[in-house]
Amino acid sequence: MLEIRNLHAEIEGKKILKGIDLTINAGEVHAIMGPNGTGKSTLAQVLVGREEYAITEGQILFQGKDLLELDPEERAREGVFLAFQYPVEIPGVNSTYFLKAALNEVRKHKGLTELDAMEFLILIKEKMKILELDESLLKRPVNEGFSGGEKKRNEIFQMAVLEPKLAILDETDSGLDIDALRIVASGVNKLKRPDNAQLLITHYQRLLNYIVPDFVHVLYNGRIIKSGDKSLALELEERGYDWLIEEQSALTR
Amino acid sequence: MIQTAPSSGRINTNLHLTAFDVFERSTAESSPHWLQAIRKAGISHFAELGFPTLKDEEWRYTNVAPIAKLPFRTRVEDRLSPDLIEAHGFGLDCYRLVFSNGSFLPALSNIALQGTETTQEGGIIGTLSAALSTAAKHNSPTNDAVFLLPALRKHLGRQARANENAFVALNTAFVYDAAVIVLPGQVKLTKPIHILHFTSSPKEPITTFPRTLIVAGPESEAKVIEHYVGFEAEEYFSSAVTEIDLEGGARIEHCKLQEESAAAFHIATIQAHQAARSHLLSHSISIGAKLARNNINGVLDGSGIECTLNGLYLAKGDQLVDHHTALEHAKPHCNSHEFYHGILNDRATGVFNGKIFVRPDAQKTDAKQTNRNLLLSDDATVNTKPQLEIFADDVRCTHGATVGQLEEEAIFYLRARGIGLDNARRMLVHAFAADIVNRITIDEVREKLDQQLFDLFEK
Repeated sequence: MLEIRNLHAEIEGKKILKGIDLTINAGEVHAIMGPNGTGKSTLAQVLVGREEYAITEGQILFQGKDLLELDPEERAREGVFLAFQYPVEIPGVNSTYFLKAALNEVRKHKGLTELDAMEFLILIKEKMKILELDESLLKRPVNEGFSGGEKKRNEIFQMAVLEPKLAILDETDSGLDIDALRIVASGVNKLKRPDNAQLLITHYQRLLNYIVPDFVHVLYNGRIIKSGDKSLALELEERGYDWLIEEQSALTR
Repeated sequence: MIQTAPSSGRINTNLHLTAFDVFERSTAESSPHWLQAIRKAGISHFAELGFPTLKDEEWRYTNVAPIAKLPFRTRVEDRLSPDLIEAHGFGLDCYRLVFSNGSFLPALSNIALQGTETTQEGGIIGTLSAALSTAAKHNSPTNDAVFLLPALRKHLGRQARANENAFVALNTAFVYDAAVIVLPGQVKLTKPIHILHFTSSPKEPITTFPRTLIVAGPESEAKVIEHYVGFEAEEYFSSAVTEIDLEGGARIEHCKLQEESAAAFHIATIQAHQAARSHLLSHSISIGAKLARNNINGVLDGSGIECTLNGLYLAKGDQLVDHHTALEHAKPHCNSHEFYHGILNDRATGVFNGKIFVRPDAQKTDAKQTNRNLLLSDDATVNTKPQLEIFADDVRCTHGATVGQLEEEAIFYLRARGIGLDNARRMLVHAFAADIVNRITIDEVREKLDQQLFDLFEK
């Protein structure tokens, strides 16, 4: 589904990603871990087309298409979704209106008919149950006045409505208390299907107790320095990142 | 005839002064003495004041010289049809007064044909011309006219300050017809009143002087829409004055909607006077005209008053839109709120000047003023200035002005969900406008306007 080859990216002349290789197949859940400032969020931003980052080398293929050639909205319509680390408040834009417009863009792209207001309402009522979200949130402007937890849940709710092929969850666990984390994780798990994939970006192992990854990658200094299965996350939880970093620098020395 | 010596820098007013002589003669027979006196005072003030120039602090961004150069013709044939009224009627169940080039058109209006009507709640709606003509029928003047005339005589020109503003003076001098709403104490109108002014100048530019008088008795209530519409690309000058008198506890929602032709000049003054515990909710939505200037002035002359001024101005091309508000807090314990949003595209210019005076007596004043501007082009400009003069010590006055572009983060968020760039921008611009439009409480007007704005941004 997703193939990242030797990806290099920089911002304002500062090199952040220095050769990422990563392949994600349908039905898989991947987790990218690593200390702060190693490029985890940059990778997420580059995948969804944030224009501030310059791609200096490498390639990203999504279902065989060159992702880097596509605008952010085209990527979204193709089925790439980012649950933002910091969801943006958009005063004056009604949540329901926004989400209906987004869903209909995705549907148009897939060659499906657009949903009318009634069909859309039925759909979102059903999806709201997954995230245990209060319906009143949908009457408010997008994310405006939402608590931190509500914003994160709203991101996963949008994911449930838009049904992306690849969902990237950028630090979705940060700022969530344990109950909210459970709801979010169970929502994400319910959305998992054989024909979609999830990429979790997280600093802590905590989230991975609830969303179990098939693969765990450690990103450090712009490169993936180690990949493994879920046991790697547990090992990191126990031993921290330092041993890996030392191991890595010993290798490159 | 009043003559003024043309001093350097002044715009010649002889055209207008001469026209007044003709107007005065032609209306002498049909006008009562008190009305003639009001007009005469108006023209004297105008002769004294002359047209403002860019040297006047109040007019430093708004050049009215092109207006003074227009040929001065006041009345031409109308070309309105019921369809046209319907197209601008919001589908609203209301009392409607339709004026064409300043003259009242009973056949296209929605009040009694004689031009005055007493509503079932006891409010009186009518026009100056109808009040005069029915009162002239000595044998049977109608009740409405008997009520309206003293109100007109007492209130017309009482709030508006012809001695301070040349355009108020000019309107007062040439006042020919007027929409008049008189609400006796306790009268609460259930249906809104729609005052619709069409101006049409297919051949030559004309000048019209729309006038509105609202007298709201104690604890009375009404919603009034004052609506200006022109025909595409026709050049004319519409110079309006509205006076609103709110007695104790009265509540008025006043929605001014300016959709003049793109080649028109529109200069308007709204002058409100509020007594204790009264509420004024004013909206000024400015979409049309090549040059639009709105003076919105209020005197908060009693305690426990609420005064809210909302405004939305949109300008594109070479349009200039100017709002000057002035609120005078004269008594303690009053709240005023101003929310003005501007959206400026192409080479358009926006002006917002918000004055707040707090008199020494006006302790516990709470005055809040916000002006936010969205510049959609590098060549658009906005001049925004709060002007607070506070002479009381225990008050809360805040003001804030912003000028900016659409938020990149918000645009990206929308795009990341599949919404195209153009659509994302449109949604955000519309949201910015809707923040003001949503404050209108007349559902049909709010919804129609919201849709209209959305379509406008679609272009």
